[in-house]
Amino acid sequence: MPAPESNGGPKVGVYVCHCGLNIAGKVDIDQTVEFAKTLPFVTVAREYKFMCSDPGQEMIQQDIRDGLINRVVVASCSPLMHEGTFRRATAGADLNPFYFQMASIREHVSWVTADGEAATEKSKALIAGAVRRVVFHAPLEKKRVPVNPDVLIVGAGIAGIHAALNIADAGKHVYLVERESTIGGHMAKFDKTFPTLDCAACILTPKMSQVRSHPNITMWTYSDVIGVEGFIGNFKARVRRRPRYVDEDLCVGCLECIEACVYKQAKVRDEWNEGLGKRKPIYIPFPQATPLVVVVDPEECIWFKTGKCKKPCVDACERKAMDFDQTEEIKEIEIGSIILATGFKTFDASRIAQYGYGKYPNVYTSLEVERLVNASGPTGGEVLLRDGTKPKSVAIVHCVGSRDEKTNKWCSKVCCMYSLKLAHLVKERTGAEIYNFYIDMRTPGKGYDEFYAKLLKEGVHFIRGRVAEINDWAIKPEEEGKLVIRAEDTLIGAVRRIPVDMVVLSVGMEPQSDAEEVRRLFNISCGGEGWFTERHPKLAPVSTFTDGVFLAGACQGPKDIPDSVAQAGAAAAEVLSLIDRGGVELEPNSAYIDEESCSGCRTCMALCPFSAISFVADKGVASVNEALCKGCGTCVAACPSAAAQQHLFTDEQVFAEIQGVLDYV
Amino acid sequence: MDDWQGWRRIKYESQLDPGFAGVVTAIPGGEKLLECIQCGTCSGTCPLSSYMDHTPRKIIAMTRAGFKDEVLHSRTIWVCASCYSCTVECPKQIPITDVMYALKREALRKGVHPKRFAAPVMAGEFVRAVEKYGRNSETWISLWLYLKTQPWKLLKFARLGPRLILKGRMGLGHESIKNKAELRALLRAVERTAPDADGVLAGRAKGAS
Amino acid sequence: MSYAYYPGCSLKSSGKPYEASLFKVFEAVGLSLDEIADWNCCGATSYTSVDDMKAYALAARNLAIAERDGDGGVDLVAPCAACYLVLSKAQHYMKDNAAIGEGIAKGLGSVGLRYEGRVRVRHPLDVLINDVGVEKIAQAVKKPLGGLKVACYYGCQIVRPYSTFDDQHQPTSMERLLGAAGAEIVDWPLKTRCCGGSLIGTIQEAGLRLGYILLKEAKKRGADVLVTACPLCQFNLECFQDRMSKEFDDRVDINVAFFTQVLASALGASDKEVGFDRLLKWDPPKPVGAEGGSHARA
Repeated sequence: MPAPESNGGPKVGVYVCHCGLNIAGKVDIDQTVEFAKTLPFVTVAREYKFMCSDPGQEMIQQDIRDGLINRVVVASCSPLMHEGTFRRATAGADLNPFYFQMASIREHVSWVTADGEAATEKSKALIAGAVRRVVFHAPLEKKRVPVNPDVLIVGAGIAGIHAALNIADAGKHVYLVERESTIGGHMAKFDKTFPTLDCAACILTPKMSQVRSHPNITMWTYSDVIGVEGFIGNFKARVRRRPRYVDEDLCVGCLECIEACVYKQAKVRDEWNEGLGKRKPIYIPFPQATPLVVVVDPEECIWFKTGKCKKPCVDACERKAMDFDQTEEIKEIEIGSIILATGFKTFDASRIAQYGYGKYPNVYTSLEVERLVNASGPTGGEVLLRDGTKPKSVAIVHCVGSRDEKTNKWCSKVCCMYSLKLAHLVKERTGAEIYNFYIDMRTPGKGYDEFYAKLLKEGVHFIRGRVAEINDWAIKPEEEGKLVIRAEDTLIGAVRRIPVDMVVLSVGMEPQSDAEEVRRLFNISCGGEGWFTERHPKLAPVSTFTDGVFLAGACQGPKDIPDSVAQAGAAAAEVLSLIDRGGVELEPNSAYIDEESCSGCRTCMALCPFSAISFVADKGVASVNEALCKGCGTCVAACPSAAAQQHLFTDEQVFAEIQGVLDYV
Repeated sequence: MDDWQGWRRIKYESQLDPGFAGVVTAIPGGEKLLECIQCGTCSGTCPLSSYMDHTPRKIIAMTRAGFKDEVLHSRTIWVCASCYSCTVECPKQIPITDVMYALKREALRKGVHPKRFAAPVMAGEFVRAVEKYGRNSETWISLWLYLKTQPWKLLKFARLGPRLILKGRMGLGHESIKNKAELRALLRAVERTAPDADGVLAGRAKGAS
Repeated sequence: MSYAYYPGCSLKSSGKPYEASLFKVFEAVGLSLDEIADWNCCGATSYTSVDDMKAYALAARNLAIAERDGDGGVDLVAPCAACYLVLSKAQHYMKDNAAIGEGIAKGLGSVGLRYEGRVRVRHPLDVLINDVGVEKIAQAVKKPLGGLKVACYYGCQIVRPYSTFDDQHQPTSMERLLGAAGAEIVDWPLKTRCCGGSLIGTIQEAGLRLGYILLKEAKKRGADVLVTACPLCQFNLECFQDRMSKEFDDRVDINVAFFTQVLASALGASDKEVGFDRLLKWDPPKPVGAEGGSHARA
C-alpha cells in the first residue's frame, strides 16, 4: 500500500473510548485495542474511560509531542458529538487537526445492538477502515469567510418587527420584507391581548412607527422574496416589490383619493376585516396601517378592468402620488443572515360541517369576532349579529381544528386564552350570557390561570364538553329561531342543548398555506405538519439546520405573543452574535480540479448548484471557486475523468476506508 | 335518596378488573380506546344518549378503568342503534360503535344484560332465524321478540300487522336459502362462540344477575 | 348495462315497494339488475352483537357468490342501507385486518368458496348519481314532479362510517336526483340523524321519539313528502305515525316514500308499478307520476 509523503510516513495512534458503560458495556475494549495494534501503520493503541475528557485528550497530545504518532484515530461516539473536540486536541499539540479520523462505535455500534460479540466485531471493522483512511489524510486549513452584517427578515408581524428593531438598534442594517400592504401581522387585528387586556394597537403601533422611521431598517411592504442563494454570511436574495400604483415616497396617507373614487359605496370584500365589511378598489387596510400609503387593487379597479375611468383619485391627490404606470420592481440584496418570521394562518372552519360555518350566518370565527370588537373594525367595536342586533346569548366553541385527527392533531396553544379573552370582551360589550365549551382549559402562562379565575367570577358559563353539533333544529320553545348547541356536559354528566344567538368558533393555528414553497426557497426543513423545523426543539428553537437562517414566532409552531417576542429576541441575538464574530469558518471540504486529468468537458459546471465552477479558457480546464464551493460533492461524482476531487473525501481516502472494512470482514 | 341505610359509593381497586379493556383493545382499531381524551363529542352527538344510563364517553372511561360490572350491566350498550355518528365525530378516531358491539358480545358471552331488555333477545332471535333458514322474516322475528319479552304489547300491533300483511309487505312464510348446509358449515368454521353456550345465543332470554 | 343485485331480507317483505320502484328507475335509464343466486341474510346489526366473525362470514358468502357469478370486477347494488354497510364493512375489515381476512378466507375455503376482493358494493344513489348522472335522469323524466316539496332523508348507514359517494354531513345525491325530476327540495338539518333503526321493536319509546323528531321537523319545514333510501327507516317513519301522534300529543302525519318510488313515477312508471298502493298512507298534495293522480287509499 503506497505511503503518503507528508511528515515522514504515517504513524497512527488509535484510542478506544469506553464512554463509561455506553460502549464498554457491549464492546470488548481490550480485544479491540489488541486488534488495533495489529493494523498497518499503528504505532500506539490505547483505551480510556472518557476520551473527550481532559485526561483523555491529554493522552493523545502527549503521544503527539513524544513523536510517537502523526495520525489520530479515536473510536468513540459520533463526529457530531466530538469531532470538533478531538480535532482541537490534535491541533493543541501542533498537529494539523485534519490528520484526525473518527470511528463511531457508539451511535453506530453499541447503541444499535444488544449483541456484544457482533458489537466487538463491527468496532474492529470500523477501526480498520478508519486507520486505513487516515493514512491518506492531508493537512488542510479551514477557510474563513466574512459575514455580511446586513440582515433580511421575512415577515413583519410582531416577531419580525421585534427582531428588526433589536438588530437595527445594534447598528446593523435590516431589510424587513412583508407580503401584505402593511406591517403588523395578526396582532394588528386584535383589540385586546390576554391576560392583561392591553390594547393591541397601543402596544404594537409604537413599534410599527419605530420600524417605519428607523434609519437602519429598509421596510418593504407589499413585497415577496422570490429567490435566495448563497450560504451563511453570504446570501443573495431577490425581492419582488409589487406595484401599489401609488408612489410610496410621495403619499402621506391623507386618504382623499379613496374619498374621490368613482365607487361611491364600498363594494369589494374586505379581506383585512375577514370579509365582514367592504372596501373600495383603492383602500388602506386600517387607519394605523404602516406605511400609511394607499393601495390600488388591480382586480377591482375600473381603470384596470375596463380602461375607462376618469380617475378622480389622480386629481384628488395633492402630492401627485398616483402612478398607474407603476410596475413591479425586483430588488437584489446581499445579506449575511436571514430570519423567517412568516407567522401562521387560522383553520378554515368550513371544514367542520357540523358547526355550520358558512351555512348559518351567525356562526363566526374568532378572528372575525376580533374584528367586531376592534374599534376600527367594520362595526366600530360593537358585537352585532348579521342583522345588526346585539346577541343575548353567545357560545364560544374551543378546539375547532385542533386536537382532532381529522383536521389538525396538535393543540394550538393560544385558543383557550383567547377564548377567555373574547368571552370577557363580548360580555362587556353586549351583556349576553356567554357559554364556553372546552375539552381542557389550557392556561399555563404568567397570569393565565388567574385570568380564567377572573372569567369564572364574571359569571361566564363553562361547560366541559366538545361541541358535537350546531344547527337550527328546535325542540323546546326557547330554541325557536336560535342556533342550538348539543354537547355533553361531562363534569355534570348530562347531555345538554343550549340555544344561542351567536356562535364563535375558536379556530386553531396552522402553518401558512405556502409554507412548503417558502421553506424550499430558504432551503430549510418543514415538519410533517408544515411548521418550520428548528435545529433542536429544546436547545435550539430559533436556528435551523441551514446555517445563517433563523426562525422566530408562529411559523415555527403555535405560540402566543410573549413567546413570539421572546423568540424574535433570541433570533436577533443569534444573528448579532454571528455578525459580531465577523466571519465563519467553513469545513475545508471544498472540491478542487486536478488540472492534469481535466479534459475540459465542463460536465461539472452545469451541475454545480452553487455556480462555483468556472472554465479557464487558456488552460482548457475547469476551476473551483473555493469561496462559493459548499462541498456538496456533485461535481466529484459526475466528473468522467476523476479530475474533480474533494478535500476530506478524496477517492483514495474513501476507497481506503472501504478496503479497511472489507479486509477485516 | 330516602333510604340511607347501607348506601355508600366508593370503588376499591380489588373490585375492578384491570384487564377488562382487553375486550375492546382486541378489535380492529380498538387500541385507540387508550387515547380517549374524554371530550364528550360521542355523547353529544349520539341521538340515543338521553336514554342511556351511562353516556358513551362514560362507558369508555369505565371500560378503560376496569369497571367491568357497571359496563356489562349497563343499558347503554343495548340502547346503541349503531348509527356510527360517534365513530365519525370522535376526534381521536376511536371506533366507538365497534366498541359497543364488542361489549355487547362480551355481555352475551357472560350471559348478562338488564332484565327483560328486548335488544339482546332480538339479537338472539335474529341469529336463530339466520342459522336455521339463511334468511330472516321480519314478521317472525317481531312475533318471537314480543312473545318472549312483552307479550301484551302485541295487542298494540294488532292493527298494524294485518294492514301490512294485506299490503303485501309482511308475509307469514319464512324465506329460506337453498344451500343451508353450506351456510351452516361456513358459520361453524369461523365462529368465536359456540351456540347455546349461555342460552342467550339460542334466543332464550336471560335476566340480569 | 347490468348490475349484480343483493336485495336483502327487507326488500322482499316490508321493502317490496323499494324493490319494485328501484327496478322501474333502472329500467327507465337503460340499466338492469340481476339478483345474485341463493344470497343469505347479511346479518344486519344483530349478528355483530353476537359474533363478529360470523357476521363477516355472512357478508363474505354473498360477496363470494357475486364475484363467482360475475365477470371480472363486479358492481353489487345493495339498496338496503344496513346491507350496504354490512357488506362494505366486511370488505374493509377482511382487507385491512390480517386475522379477520385469513379467518374468513379459511372459512370460505372450507365450503369451497373464495373471495378475492373484486366486488364493489354500490348503493343505488351512487349508481344513479355517478354512473347515470343527473343530466340523463332529467332527460328521462316524463312527468315532472311539479314542485312537489320533498325532504330527503338519508339516515345513518349509507353515509356513515364510510362516505364513498356523498358527503357524510351534507349529502346531496338524493336532492340532486329528485331536483332533476322537478321536485322542490326542502333543506333541513336532520337528514342524516338516526331514525332509531331496530329500537322501534326493542326500546319502543326511544324509537318512537327518534322518528317523531324527524317527521315533525320535516313537516315544520313544509315538506309534502319525506323520501328515504332504507327499508327500515321507511318502515319506522311511515308505520308508526298514529302511535307517535298519540305518544307526543302532536299530529305528525306526512307521506313517507322510498326515493325510488317518487323518482320512478317521474320517469313514467304507474302508481301500481312503483307500489304507492302498498304504502299505508299516500296522499300528496299534487299528482305525482304518470297517471295524473296518485291518491292511494290510506
